[in-house]
Amino acid sequence: MIRFVAVFAMTVFAALPLRAEVKIQEVTSAGGITAWLVEEHSIPFVALELRFRGGTSLDLPGKRGATNLMAGLLEEGAGDLDARGFAREVDSLAAGFDYGAYDDTFTVSAKFLTENRAEAIDLLRLSLVEPTFEQDAIDRVRQQVLSNIRSNKTDPDDIAGEAFDLRVYGDHPYATPGQGTEESVTALTRDDIVTAWQNALVRDRLYIGVVGDITAEELKVMLDDLLGGLPETGPDLPPVAELAFDGGTHVQEFDTPQSVVRFGQPGMSQEDPDFFAAFLLNTIIGGGGFDSVLMTEVREKRGLTYGVYSYLVDKDLAKLWIGSVSSANDRVAEAISVVRDEWAKIAAEGVTEEQLEDAKKFLTGSYPLRFDGNGPIANIIVGMQIQGMPIDYAATRNDRVNAVTLEQVNRVAAELMDPEKLTFVVAGKPEGLDGTSN
Amino acid sequence: MKRFAAISLSLMLTVLGPVAPALASDLNDQVTTFTLDNGMDVVVVEDHRAPVVVHMVWYRAGSADETPGVSGVAHFLEHLLFKATENMESGELSKTVAENGGTDNAFTAYDYTAYYQRVAADRLELMMKMESDRMVNLKLSESDIATERNVIIEERNQRTENSAGALYREQAMAAQYLNHRYGVPIIGWKHEMEGLSRQAALDYYKQFYTPNNAILVVAGDVTPDEVRTLADRYYGVIPPNPDLPERARPQEPPQTGERRIIFRDPRVAQPYVSRSYLAPERDSGDQEKAAALTMLAEILGGGQTSVLNEKLQFGNKKALYASAFYDGSALDDTTFGIYIVPVPGLGLQEAEDALDQAIAEFMEEGVDPDQLERIRTQIRASQIYARDDVSAVARLYGAGLTQGLTVEDVQAWPDILQAVTAEDIMQAARDVFDHREKSVTGWLQTQEMTQ
Repeated sequence: MIRFVAVFAMTVFAALPLRAEVKIQEVTSAGGITAWLVEEHSIPFVALELRFRGGTSLDLPGKRGATNLMAGLLEEGAGDLDARGFAREVDSLAAGFDYGAYDDTFTVSAKFLTENRAEAIDLLRLSLVEPTFEQDAIDRVRQQVLSNIRSNKTDPDDIAGEAFDLRVYGDHPYATPGQGTEESVTALTRDDIVTAWQNALVRDRLYIGVVGDITAEELKVMLDDLLGGLPETGPDLPPVAELAFDGGTHVQEFDTPQSVVRFGQPGMSQEDPDFFAAFLLNTIIGGGGFDSVLMTEVREKRGLTYGVYSYLVDKDLAKLWIGSVSSANDRVAEAISVVRDEWAKIAAEGVTEEQLEDAKKFLTGSYPLRFDGNGPIANIIVGMQIQGMPIDYAATRNDRVNAVTLEQVNRVAAELMDPEKLTFVVAGKPEGLDGTSN
Repeated sequence: MKRFAAISLSLMLTVLGPVAPALASDLNDQVTTFTLDNGMDVVVVEDHRAPVVVHMVWYRAGSADETPGVSGVAHFLEHLLFKATENMESGELSKTVAENGGTDNAFTAYDYTAYYQRVAADRLELMMKMESDRMVNLKLSESDIATERNVIIEERNQRTENSAGALYREQAMAAQYLNHRYGVPIIGWKHEMEGLSRQAALDYYKQFYTPNNAILVVAGDVTPDEVRTLADRYYGVIPPNPDLPERARPQEPPQTGERRIIFRDPRVAQPYVSRSYLAPERDSGDQEKAAALTMLAEILGGGQTSVLNEKLQFGNKKALYASAFYDGSALDDTTFGIYIVPVPGLGLQEAEDALDQAIAEFMEEGVDPDQLERIRTQIRASQIYARDDVSAVARLYGAGLTQGLTVEDVQAWPDILQAVTAEDIMQAARDVFDHREKSVTGWLQTQEMTQ
């Protein structure tokens, strides 16, 4: 591939796409559960996305990894079915269920055929409302998680990411991996798993997106059947994270040929009136799928890396501007130096009218193209809700991008970009970098 | 739980999805094919739900078509195709795509190289104009070569050198193929990549980048008539290369010696055992054996209720994961594989013995008819789900047509899968597992382990 497709970009703010023809309905069930629905009857299946705000940030003190392990156990036994019994039922219906635990959300992604929708929903309900958490399953899945934790310790990408988080997020839950440590996961009991389940899957933090072959009336019934049995509310979310960016370059020694780098500084909330200016600025500097400044300087001109990217990260409890780059150990110092120089240069000088126009054309032109299927659309409309967007957000979005002026972007560059705080964490055996140089 | 299984699967070779991709008759109705006068094949997949189009050009040339000594040149050239042509500046194609709100990329495999853009449907003509230009008008400077060679070396660092699992797979493939170029990594051996020259890239380009060696695939909100008109205008005017050689690559000799490799690396946190066997691929008009192997891989390794999971994860609890893999999409002989990731404390010899024992039991017990029926149901359903992603359908045709299949073969595949019987599966299993002399068994372990 000419360019790496960066999957972890999925977890950060992406401009919400919408094509004009998509009609989103807000549907509220008799039991008071609200969902956004796009009816699409041309293919006989439904894509369903559930998001519970909270995610692994709800792990109680000393119980890191409980929410993640719980997510892995919902399909490992429910109602009268054991793990294999449940899998056999899902396979027989040709349905697909996925459960995930992330920093801010607990997610459920489901797809099921029209021909056996009722059975599929009943099965999904069992896993959400009546999981059994048998000890045998807990022990088995725990071993899988522990294996994963150990593997991350020798993966330079994970080493860099974990070291960066630990440095930046202080004592906030974001500072440590949601899957927990070997010690914390080993110590988790069945009670801990049950508590994590009761705390995470609650109705007053639930957002729902549905796309496919189902009517609003059918959906109303389905929502109550599926989710009516969940508890109404759960514990408070943790406080906002206090971020620490010391502006240094920190090395996490690991014997591997290519150093992996994470860098970052404070970001901006999408509720900020300057957000679209910042978003355009990031697109110019390091946005993927675009001829960015960092790609031009680090890769195209100097051949120092296969990929360099930056992202605005809009977590519920932290706003960051982060980036990544990887270079051979003897070239990574130069790569970091180029990134630092470009960051300082743009903070001081801003960008050009031509760069801004190109970024606007890319963002506004790509906006309608992201609706490529029921699953992706369901993801988009559930994301809109959790980010607090109005249901007609799409109608104004490109106008808001186009309204940004060069003066505004360059003011944001001067105010937001902070070379003194731009902090680098390097995993590898870099040459020419001191352990904690600045 | 499948989430964590994905971690170990990513350590492995090609992995079959939950069910083999397959096309339904409904889906076939959305597909039109024709051939331009210069020999370029065209496939159109219609989906009018959104005003979007995916435009792809596939070349019947991949890393396995390279000349010995310049491994990685197919992939290197893929990178260089984003540089200047006689009509475009370096980077102009991608910049133009982005300015039009689109995204673009390219990929290189053993059997093909492909380029694609995803854009609003009304920009299709612009894409064809640029893609047809770089089919024949590439201009390469020596400075492009030097810089981009560093980029592909960093790409190799990122994908392979930084990953013990990737390095292991490279060694295992090299051991599997005695003569065929599938034994050489797509990205290239590092020492050969360092010497890749402008001339090597141009030689490959001139030999393979020609309309009679290419397939145009357009999927999305277009009609076949629109595509034909534009394709005639931009691709149809490019003269074919009359000297395009027949695609005959070095084939495997009889494999008569079982091979074993031990790969040690301190970066291995999770040891495992895998074994691959040389196996037949899908051939035009002759896909039945590959279909049986596809079903065998599902029976042995597809999900929680697969045979290997039942026996090794739930039964004797010797595995964190155990599975099987097979990908019949290849021009030449492919592989069938099995692996076991042992629970902590279990040595690799015990793990390998447990895997052998599980296979031996399966050969005695045969196929569970309920499991076979569940897999058939999932394959039928996959034909419905597939209609939601026409880009994936486009890729099936692009890959199929560059790997020796016809449109009819691609369309017949789901029915051939459905027709596979339990006896076919057991025969396929015997044909694989009775031939250890065609196999490579590998242990991936940390440096410290002594067994």
